[in-house]
Amino acid sequence: MPPAETEFRRRWMGVLAKAAPAEIAAAWHRLASPPAYALLRRPEIGLVMVRGRAGGDGGAFNLGEMTVTRCSVRLPSGIVGHAWVAGRAPAHAERAAVIDALLQQGDATLGPEIDRLEALQAERRTLAARKAAATRVDFFTMVRGED
Amino acid sequence: MYVAVKGGETAIDNAHRLMAEERRGAPATPELSLDQIAGQLGLAVDRVMTEGSVYDRELAALALKQAQGDVVEAVFLLRAYRTTLPRFGASEPLDTAAMAIRRRISSAFKDLPGGQVLGPTYDYTHRLLDFALAEGGDPAPAALAPEPLDAAMPRVADVLGQQGLIEDNPAGDESPGDLTRQPLNFPAGRDLRLQNLARGDEGFLLALAYSSQRGYGNTHPFAGEIRMGNVAVELVPEELGFAIEIGEIAVTECQMINQFKGSKTRPPQFTRGYGLAFGRSERKAMAMALVDRSLRAGELGEDATSPVQDEEFVLAHSDSVEASGFVQHLKLPHYVDFQSELELIRRLRAGKEAAE
Repeated sequence: MPPAETEFRRRWMGVLAKAAPAEIAAAWHRLASPPAYALLRRPEIGLVMVRGRAGGDGGAFNLGEMTVTRCSVRLPSGIVGHAWVAGRAPAHAERAAVIDALLQQGDATLGPEIDRLEALQAERRTLAARKAAATRVDFFTMVRGED
Repeated sequence: MYVAVKGGETAIDNAHRLMAEERRGAPATPELSLDQIAGQLGLAVDRVMTEGSVYDRELAALALKQAQGDVVEAVFLLRAYRTTLPRFGASEPLDTAAMAIRRRISSAFKDLPGGQVLGPTYDYTHRLLDFALAEGGDPAPAALAPEPLDAAMPRVADVLGQQGLIEDNPAGDESPGDLTRQPLNFPAGRDLRLQNLARGDEGFLLALAYSSQRGYGNTHPFAGEIRMGNVAVELVPEELGFAIEIGEIAVTECQMINQFKGSKTRPPQFTRGYGLAFGRSERKAMAMALVDRSLRAGELGEDATSPVQDEEFVLAHSDSVEASGFVQHLKLPHYVDFQSELELIRRLRAGKEAAE
């Protein structure tokens, strides 16, 4: 896969994984018609070991695991879609895998769908960052007597 | 003498039924939902995820419900559950510099790029019981600043590190050891020490960290930076060959910076201790960072004279599942052991009386 396409796919797979399950369900129901597909790897729940780095940027270490659901599907065209999503979320992973395959197939209606999901995530991030920003300390220096 | 003991089955079944009834509490009171636990007892959930070593809020909430809020028992339940799941692989190391910050403070540097961000905290509260909470009711909504935080919030230690006043973090093996796959041997590398501390019991690490501050292995620490927020988790699926984000997790990171007078090979500079934990686990991350630094005594040529600097002592006793298992196994029948000790005492006494 050329680097540009890899970058596109990296983006949409990340957006699909980070979407709320209800948002994925809504996107799914907006699909023109329920797509035909076969399960290559049915949604499977397992663990991924999350790694950190000593001091934030030193040697890697194993922090602890997280639950993850993965799924792979194949469209009638032969195109294969994959999904890896945090948590125990079989329906989310299956739908994300199908949408991954449809996007690779060049389904034109799905681009705006990814934009919409990404915008929702950006909105959540901005809201949290504005709440945090309201707790930022503004220091002011007291006038000292000896001056 | 071996005595086969049977006959407890009915008693055990009934004891578990009694426990289930007690766990439910008064039937007229509405039952707790997992959403309520995950949403309203979030810090307990974070602790269970951290020490249970599985990031999954719903599972941790279930473990807490099942254990009637007993955190150590809930940690045990989560650890037991994880053994039923396959391991798909390991993530790329988290990039905490790119964290979506919800809290970020430094007690060492007042004016840091991005500012001091208090976030949701119990610091500066008066610790007075709030009887309004007993009544219930919705709180005032959180204040919203017109602009979000700066996108770039560099780690404080990295800023000072550029001037060489703080040690660099030594690079390490990119495939770190894993305590869940291989037994812990000593001396352990820093990778295994950090994994052990990350899973370790908060109370144990807190007490050890405290001991180091009181003089049992002096650490002279400053909280260089504490940050809490969401980080993306990336991994490289085999079928893709490139990294993708699979979600975000909340973590708390603590960088302690510690006075260091220098050694034959190193100039005087600040050294670092590191703490990282799932969720909002600030006390845990701070204690972990202090203990991590203390355990580097050997590497930095310091005299290791205190318990907190003794790797084997710390790492072998930090795990609450192992510790509570071994302490609580004393409840299991030891009738035969005790009988034999009783015989021994009787014989010793008889021998002593005969001699007199």
